[in-house]
Formats: sequence, C-alpha cells, structure tokens
Amino acid sequence: MADLHFELVTPERLLRSEDVYMVVVPGTEGDFGVLAGHAPYMSAVRPGELAIYSGPNTVTARIHVEGGFAEVNEKGLTVLAEQATDA
Amino acid sequence: MASLKALKVRITSVKSTQKITKAMKMVAAAKLRRAQMAAEAGRPYAERLDSVMASLASKVTVGPQSPKLLAGTGNDQVHLLVVATSERGLAGAFNTNIVRLARRTADTLIAEGKTVKFYLIGKKGRAVIQRLFPGKIVHQVDQSHIKNVAFADAHIVSEDLIERYAGGEFDVAHLFFSKFQSALVQEPTEIQIIPTPLTPRSGDQTAGASAAVEYEPDEEAILNELLPRNVSVQLFRAMLENAASEQGSRMTAMDNATRNAGEMINKLTVQYNRTRQAAITTELIEIIAGAEAL
Repeated sequence: MADLHFELVTPERLLRSEDVYMVVVPGTEGDFGVLAGHAPYMSAVRPGELAIYSGPNTVTARIHVEGGFAEVNEKGLTVLAEQATDA
Repeated sequence: MASLKALKVRITSVKSTQKITKAMKMVAAAKLRRAQMAAEAGRPYAERLDSVMASLASKVTVGPQSPKLLAGTGNDQVHLLVVATSERGLAGAFNTNIVRLARRTADTLIAEGKTVKFYLIGKKGRAVIQRLFPGKIVHQVDQSHIKNVAFADAHIVSEDLIERYAGGEFDVAHLFFSKFQSALVQEPTEIQIIPTPLTPRSGDQTAGASAAVEYEPDEEAILNELLPRNVSVQLFRAMLENAASEQGSRMTAMDNATRNAGEMINKLTVQYNRTRQAAITTELIEIIAGAEAL
C-alpha cells in the first residue's frame, strides 16, 4: 500500500513534510486516522495530540497541536495548525 | 576657499558618517537574511490556507445568512486602511512608497464620497498620514518592542480588527504593505482583508477539489473558524514581508549612502591637498621674494 503524504504547517514554518503510514488527528468531533487513499475530507482540529505512524503499530512521533484544520485530498493530508510542539 | 582646518574637520565627519552607514548596511544584511528566511517559511501555510479557502469558495454560496466576514456588512461606506510601515526610519523609500499607495487609494475613495479611516501598524507612516488626513487615524499598533514578528502578534491585531468590524466601525478593510521581491525590489501592495474576497480557483484544480469532500463539523462551522484565521494569516504574512522589505530597502539605502560618502571623501581630499599645496607654494614664494630682496 502506498504511503500517505503528510504535511504539518504552522504559520511560522513548514514543520513536517514526509511520507508516513498513518496519522491520527484530533478532530473536533473526535480523533480520526488517515491512511493513504482516504476520501476527501476536511475537519477542524481541537487542541490535542497528533500521532504519526510509520507502520501499523509503530508510532514514530507525537506532536501537540493547538487547534487548526486538517484537509485530506488526493495529494495527501495537510494539517494547518495554529501551533505545534513535539510532545 | 575653505581653510585647511575646516576641510580636515569635514573629512573626518564624513568618514565617521560612512562608518555608521557601513555598519548599518551590514546589520541590515544580516537581519535581511533572517527576515527573508522567516518570510519564506511562512509561505507554505498561507498558500495551503489559500487553497483551502478557494476550495471552500466553490462550495459555499454567499447569502445573507453567511458570516459577516465573508458577506460583508451590506454597506460600502466606511473604508479602513490598514497601513503597515516600519518602526524605524533610514530605510530609503520603503515607508514613503507604502504611504503613497495608501494615500492614492484614500484619495480615490474620498473622491467617491466614502469615509476613510486609518489603522496604522508601525509608527513611520503616522506623521505623513496625520498631516494629509488629520483626525482619520483610529488606532496605531506599536511594534517597537517586537524583534521578530510572531504569529501571536498578528493574531492580536486581527482580533482587534475583527472586533471593530463586528462593532460596525467600518465596512471594508484594505491592507497596505510592501511585498518582498529582492533586496533591491520591494513592491508596495494593497489587498482587501475584510470582508474576505473569495475567488474560486480556476481551471482543472477546481474540478478535483469540488469532488465530494466531507466536512466535519460542517462547512459553516469550518468557514466560521477559517475566516478570522485567514485575516490573521494575511496580517502575519504582510508583517513578515514588510520586515524583509524593510531590511532590504535599508541595506540598499545604506549601501548608496556609503558609496556617496566615499565619493565625498575623495572630492574633499583632493580639495584638501590642493589647498595645502597652494599654501606651501605661497609660503615658498614669500620666502624667495624675501631672500631676493636682501
């Protein structure tokens, strides 16, 4: 299965741009995981922890995000976070 | 002709001015690099946000029930001109150019019978605008304590603006700043920030974006959150671009000043040497004439 292209952007800089297996995003309506080939989707993000998976059971990084938006389109997942710090 | 001593004093003073302008140029160059990096780092976010806004624009129809930040107040009477200038001078035509553009827009608006108000970011535009449009300045944001612009700084300004907008202080807000192109070229720019101008993306991308996108919670809620953020981001981008432009402009101006000072020193030195030789010649003639007379 192809990897998911994931980008995490804050107003100050582009924090991450990489290919990952899955990302779990804290949406306002609940957490959701995005794998490659996800349907177009857009959600507001609540302050919380974003988890990046490099494999089905391996979390490579957890990042604390401070609200923002997540957009899934054919190119991958883009998280526009107000603020982001490694947790 | 100026005396030898006077010339010498002038040369020294020009030399020390040159030292200052040279130092300022070097400081500006160092700051420019950092400001440019910050401006470039801020671009991806603005671009992504733009594309998100554009894809939303094709979904949402603007109606009376739309948020005010999108639909406008229904009026077009009071225009707020947000003019972002620098906190420090000696940056060539940087501030002048921004103010000139704002002034031109203000004149056109006034000619159309609209009310114009000014909202200043940075203090360098104040004197001119105060003189040209007395009593029209509603607020001035002081940024002299800020060394590197952070998103939070822009956020404070945007919250203030949105509050004023909600309070009915103005109908349309324009933002003036200087777009950074290179150290030599900065382009004064005007954009409308409130209400948010939504331009649906043209071309093939719209087709892809308008595919069934699921929104959570829903379009309205997302839009409601996105619009104020967009104002903040536009302001933030303007501040970053401005910071880079300011340093670029200052660097160029100081480079010119240094070169001018160099030319002046050369000219004065030539004059000094001529005067000195003339003095020596006169003295010699006097001595010889005196010796011959004996």
